[in-house]
Amino acid sequence: MVPAPTRWIVLPAGLAIAAFVLAADNAIDAGQSTIVATLRQMNVPLDAAFRRFSGTVVYDATHPSEARAAVDVEVSSLDIGDESYNAEVRKAAWFDSTHFPLASFRSTKIIPGGADHFEATGTLSIKGRTQTITVPVVVQHTASATAFDGRFELSRKYFGVGDPDWDGVLEDKVQVHFHLQKGTATVAAPAQTSRS
Amino acid sequence: MTTAYTRTAVALHWIVGALVIAAIIAGWVMTDMAVGPLRLRLFNWHKWTGITVLGLMVVRSLWRLSHPPPAPLPMPAWQRLASLAVHGTLYLMLLVQPLTGWIFSNAAGVPVVYLGLIPLPNLVDKDKAFGSFVKELHVAGGWVLAAVIGLHLLAAIKHHFFDRDDTLRRMLRWRTS
Repeated sequence: MVPAPTRWIVLPAGLAIAAFVLAADNAIDAGQSTIVATLRQMNVPLDAAFRRFSGTVVYDATHPSEARAAVDVEVSSLDIGDESYNAEVRKAAWFDSTHFPLASFRSTKIIPGGADHFEATGTLSIKGRTQTITVPVVVQHTASATAFDGRFELSRKYFGVGDPDWDGVLEDKVQVHFHLQKGTATVAAPAQTSRS
Repeated sequence: MTTAYTRTAVALHWIVGALVIAAIIAGWVMTDMAVGPLRLRLFNWHKWTGITVLGLMVVRSLWRLSHPPPAPLPMPAWQRLASLAVHGTLYLMLLVQPLTGWIFSNAAGVPVVYLGLIPLPNLVDKDKAFGSFVKELHVAGGWVLAAVIGLHLLAAIKHHFFDRDDTLRRMLRWRTS
């Protein structure tokens, strides 16, 4: 018979570990994932990747009520390919990364669409402003990994991102596309129609 | 053997000359500018100018093949050789420089959209290291081009004011031929 005090340690510890493992199981592997913003300057499309982000995505078509998605992106990790422009985007008129270090998404409703796709509605928070968005997500499974791909468009000015001096050269609409993967094997993003 | 430049050759010479000088000045100024919308505009105008020069240089090269320029004026052999070297280098650099610019832009992940309207194909895939290398070629090429244009201008002045020959005049003559 295990002494009472030990039981009180082992049981909660076991539950905590189980919860951690479950959460870890649902955690995105940032090394295998991408979150990219496509912006247009003077009609030239530019891809800017966020290098640091984390999150969890849970989706099981057989248990749709447990589905959820939560992603946090470090806005200071945006990489346009040129450090002087990266530094500009962290400034107060843009992301103001010192005061608003994270951009995040929290799902509020997930509509399952079968084993390989669903629709996630939730709150997008950037620079202290929020917007409800709905994103169709494609799911791909392999033996050891699951990948979630989708895209949406946002207005950067809605979130107060951007010095107005730049309005003549930088479009308001920004496309965001993500490939979020759980598990360590590489899952290729599904073939995309050409981005215009 | 023709004795005069065609109007097409004369027009293309001055148009390309003006565009190239504008592109060099823009390139020089824009790389020193602080990040801002004007810098972005200047970079794009510089690229549009470069692509225009590339197109006009292809036209010029084809035109020159079908409409040979007038024979060189009498001058010492070394001057004739120098003019061949300078003109040859100019033709070559004016084809190479826009290409290295286009390639370097693509390697840096920036497509070229001519006049903000016509997306041009990517000549290479995004590759930061390769882009840095081609950037050095483009910048060095810019200095070489500026130096050769300088020689070209000085020689024209020399021929016109010191030798008092027809060299400059025939590139200003609007004759039909």
